[in-house]
Amino acid sequence: MIEVKNVSKSYGERVILNDISVSFPEGKIVALIGGNGTGKSTLLSIISRLVKKDEGEINLLNQDVFEMTHREFAKKLSILKQANHPNVRLTIRELVAFGRFPHSQGRLTATDEQKVDEGISFMRLTDIQHNYLDELSGGQRQRAFLAMLLVQDTDYILLDEPLNNLDLRHSVDIMKTLRALADDFGKTIIVVVHDINFAVSYADYIVALKNQKILYYGPTAEIIQEDRLKEIFDLEMRIISHDNCKYCIYFK
Amino acid sequence: MPQNSLLIRIFLILALFILAFISIFIGVRDISFSDINHLDDDDTLVIVVSRIPRLISILIAGVGMSVSGLIVQQIALNKFVSPTTMGTLDATKMGILLSMILFPAGGMLTKMTFSFFIALLASIIFLKIAAQIKYRSLIFVPLVGIVFGNIIAAIATFFAYKYNVVQNMEGWLVGDFSYIIKGNYEILYLAIPVVIISYLYAHKFTIVGLGEDAAKSLGLNHKQIVYLGLFLISITATVVVLTAGVIPFLGLIVPNIVSILFGDNLKKTLPYTGLIGAIFLLVCDMISRTIAFPYEVPIGLTVSIIGGVVFLGLVLKKVRYV
Repeated sequence: MIEVKNVSKSYGERVILNDISVSFPEGKIVALIGGNGTGKSTLLSIISRLVKKDEGEINLLNQDVFEMTHREFAKKLSILKQANHPNVRLTIRELVAFGRFPHSQGRLTATDEQKVDEGISFMRLTDIQHNYLDELSGGQRQRAFLAMLLVQDTDYILLDEPLNNLDLRHSVDIMKTLRALADDFGKTIIVVVHDINFAVSYADYIVALKNQKILYYGPTAEIIQEDRLKEIFDLEMRIISHDNCKYCIYFK
Repeated sequence: MPQNSLLIRIFLILALFILAFISIFIGVRDISFSDINHLDDDDTLVIVVSRIPRLISILIAGVGMSVSGLIVQQIALNKFVSPTTMGTLDATKMGILLSMILFPAGGMLTKMTFSFFIALLASIIFLKIAAQIKYRSLIFVPLVGIVFGNIIAAIATFFAYKYNVVQNMEGWLVGDFSYIIKGNYEILYLAIPVVIISYLYAHKFTIVGLGEDAAKSLGLNHKQIVYLGLFLISITATVVVLTAGVIPFLGLIVPNIVSILFGDNLKKTLPYTGLIGAIFLLVCDMISRTIAFPYEVPIGLTVSIIGGVVFLGLVLKKVRYV
């Protein structure tokens, strides 16, 4: 269980997060939604220790995350940020194998190799696994990084806009994968999504951020109400139901 | 694929041995292959005191500078950063100068210590500056590094004039292996453990090249590895500049060529970088020694000309892709 207690963060005068408290339930998908600059990414970065908090506490399984060693932490929690795709000439397989680094420190055992194989085939990259990353399309590269994350095999997975660069089919694939990871493997997933309908369709809970604070937090069905969405996004939305699923319409 | 890479390695090692062997027989004193069974005392002396030390120092400098370039490129996340384009080499020169001014009687060890600390400091400052740059383009970051290096060089030159040591400075400006004889190059051996440590940490340096966030997410102590890298390259830069002088471009072009051919997985590519670096420098040295025989062109000049052309080619190729 990840617990965030009274966390605040500001850069100089600019407040990013103001006294945030939230706890993320085990084995569920939680979507973070909200407009640009509401601190969604910063919250993910603070939970994963990439950014230092000014105040507050982050606990992972009742242990302060800042007291864990780098390696210990990396075996429990992994994060994929939206921008960490530098132009490196590693093959997909080489990159994915680094996902085992927290476990094996670079010396891959047979089990590690097998996990790498699984991760690659799960992301449907087997045919191109020996291609260099800088020769791939944005979507293929994104899937390669996701495969690395899978192979890291942590109980807690944080994703910052994983659907960036992906076409519709691969976006649906990724969300289905996350669903399977939560349902079949009990992984706890926190994901920043921009498209509200992906959040509605796949997340168990929704955290809505606005004005540096948590505006709403609850089961997806509770959050998805026209008046609440208008407050979150400052945008008129209509909710329609189709085959027992809700969808938000806001394009026109 | 692994068999192929084994063949390439064997080929490179073989090429290096042959070139190294030939290079022993190049020089003002005429010693040819056929003399090898009946060398007189003078021949042996020339070989032991001058030719072999020279060969060893070229090999070490070639491997060391190339590997240094590779490591800073991983740390700075930029393929065009190298000890030459980030101020490290200028800082080593400044350190030597300062030690000459402050401790005129100090020996090699004093110079080395000074030069090492200033090189390390300059490298750290460069990284801090680079981290502040919002527009982190491939070309802009090394440009900033070159400006930074020039500022350091300008300050050093000012003090050199003030304390009348300009002529001493000149010796370190252009790399030259012709002064190397037995007894004055041995500190270069310090670069060997540096290369070995670099290889042992190859996986970690590769992960550093994925960016700070990805490295941390994989449980790497990012800061520690970055500082280790800067520590290592500062040692190499110091011992190379102190013995042979500045050898530009090597740390820049060799890792780039290797990256294009073999990728960026350091555990796999670091041996290639070292081997190709040594071969490149050795070939440049042989050209320097034969092109105006019996005189010798400073190797820094040869490396600059050949390296400059290759570098230009790389820039044009990269810019097209990025």
